[in-house]
Amino acid sequence: MTMHAQFRRRYRLDETPVPFTLNGMAETGLRGDTVLTAILSVSGRLRQSEFSGEDRAGFCLIGACQDCYVMLANGSRIRACSTALEPGMTFITDMRAAAKAAHE
Amino acid sequence: MSERLPPVIVGAGPAGIRAAERLVRAGLRPIVLDEGQRAGGQIYRRPLIEDGRSYRSRYGSEADKAQRLHRAFEALLPDIDYRPETLVWNISAPERGNQLDVLSSGAHRQIGFSQLILCTGATDRVLPFPGWTTPGVYTLGASQTALKAQGCTIGDRVVFMGSGPLLYLVAWQYMKAGARVEAVLDTAPVTSKRHLLSLAVHAPRIVALGLFYGLQLQLAGVKIRYGVRPEAVLGGSQVEGLRYRRRKLRGEAVETIACDALAYGFALRPETQLADLAGCRFRFDARDRVWLPERDAFGRTSRSDVYVAGDGSGIAGADAAEVSGELAAAALLEDTGRASADAAGLVTAREAILRQRDILGRAFPFPDDWFETVPDETTLCRCEEITVAEGRRAIASGSITEINRLKALSRVGMGRCQGRMCSAAATELLSGACGTSTGEVGRLRAQAPVKPIPLGFGGRVEAEVRS
Repeated sequence: MTMHAQFRRRYRLDETPVPFTLNGMAETGLRGDTVLTAILSVSGRLRQSEFSGEDRAGFCLIGACQDCYVMLANGSRIRACSTALEPGMTFITDMRAAAKAAHE
Repeated sequence: MSERLPPVIVGAGPAGIRAAERLVRAGLRPIVLDEGQRAGGQIYRRPLIEDGRSYRSRYGSEADKAQRLHRAFEALLPDIDYRPETLVWNISAPERGNQLDVLSSGAHRQIGFSQLILCTGATDRVLPFPGWTTPGVYTLGASQTALKAQGCTIGDRVVFMGSGPLLYLVAWQYMKAGARVEAVLDTAPVTSKRHLLSLAVHAPRIVALGLFYGLQLQLAGVKIRYGVRPEAVLGGSQVEGLRYRRRKLRGEAVETIACDALAYGFALRPETQLADLAGCRFRFDARDRVWLPERDAFGRTSRSDVYVAGDGSGIAGADAAEVSGELAAAALLEDTGRASADAAGLVTAREAILRQRDILGRAFPFPDDWFETVPDETTLCRCEEITVAEGRRAIASGSITEINRLKALSRVGMGRCQGRMCSAAATELLSGACGTSTGEVGRLRAQAPVKPIPLGFGGRVEAEVRS
């Protein structure tokens, strides 16, 4: 099953584009986006559970549930709902694909 | 101590802003610490950048209040020490001095305080059911935050479920924003809405607004159901629908509805961790089924230098938060010999709102039978993926009757969210299994850090001494 964008933008549509990288692919967010908004406007996942491996896409959006941590290319993690998108950010939300790519 | 420490306010929502305002009026210069990028709290949350929407468009019926509060805060800026994006993650024991441990822009700091006003707010109260961790399931508050602060809806075809006034409001806001509202599933029985009649006597505006949202949704053909209990989220890696039961005049019906997102919640739960770490005494609140810091009408706690205000001291909404913030500051000024409290009008205003909240609670009751039908394999703790079965097993095998014992044995409440998303559930599960009331299973104790903090790298620690 292919993943669809989870969020749907309704306002702020004409803002300045902000380029970022998601699992090796070039994507575009908009000025004023949080990392969570930018990723979920093009995808349906932020992370995979370290226990079951199941996809997660955030839950509370106000910094309480801690379920929207996204991995950056340098291995550090940021809380996507409370971090502003910056140009050139590089995210990994598909750990299995990343691990496979690292092996090849 | 020789240095003069300032009072510190934690939280820049309606309570924190009004508290700061009152202190500034008396000539003080409080430090205001807030986790958010911009002041306003969650209810009057502002976008990261302006997005062309008017106050009316963003905050609806509460636009004037939002604007007044934002303007009041901006006017305060020269007279307060405001620090946004600052997490208070610990409070030192009183015998070690009045110190807050904070994390701000990646640096750890300690901030001393003379008095503390905690305006820590609330988060959505949620309960688990099969599939609640599926991408596309969000809290009701989250669905509103996405729209208010980011101009997004959580999906195209959205189902709203739960109990509380926010349920109808957000559904209506989504409809206005162009999303397709597939259904509003109220977990309360339709008979509970009779309480709105008595609320109309005290708070006609609230009831009129609620009726307006409900009517507009119905006119638009939105399905509204009462007495709902969810059975399962449909879909694997993203939400495809929801299966639910609903009470009918005779028996029950099981129905399925297709959607690509679900928002749900059961009113709010207060953020009380810092009051706990400060050593404030707590009491059980039967109406909200939660432990709250003991407070007087002004917000004085059991600790003479700590005050509480807003939803973090008991869920009462934004209007009450503004009043209670001012009350806490008035009490602080009186207790430190600066000014007489002179706030009888505010006390009366707050009490009137609290009476309305009691009625509102009856019109939007908590689903206290929730765990009677939640299957074993359901995730109870979404941080560490502990199941309801594991919780039930720990309770049975350890003959557990106390919530901190359940945490120790099952790890429920020990994950990254520190029980914010599962403590209501764990409490209900345990009290249900023990056949006792929610209050009798005790209070999940807070532990520092109250939210995850990066440790070990950079590690700059700066102590602040103010003259």
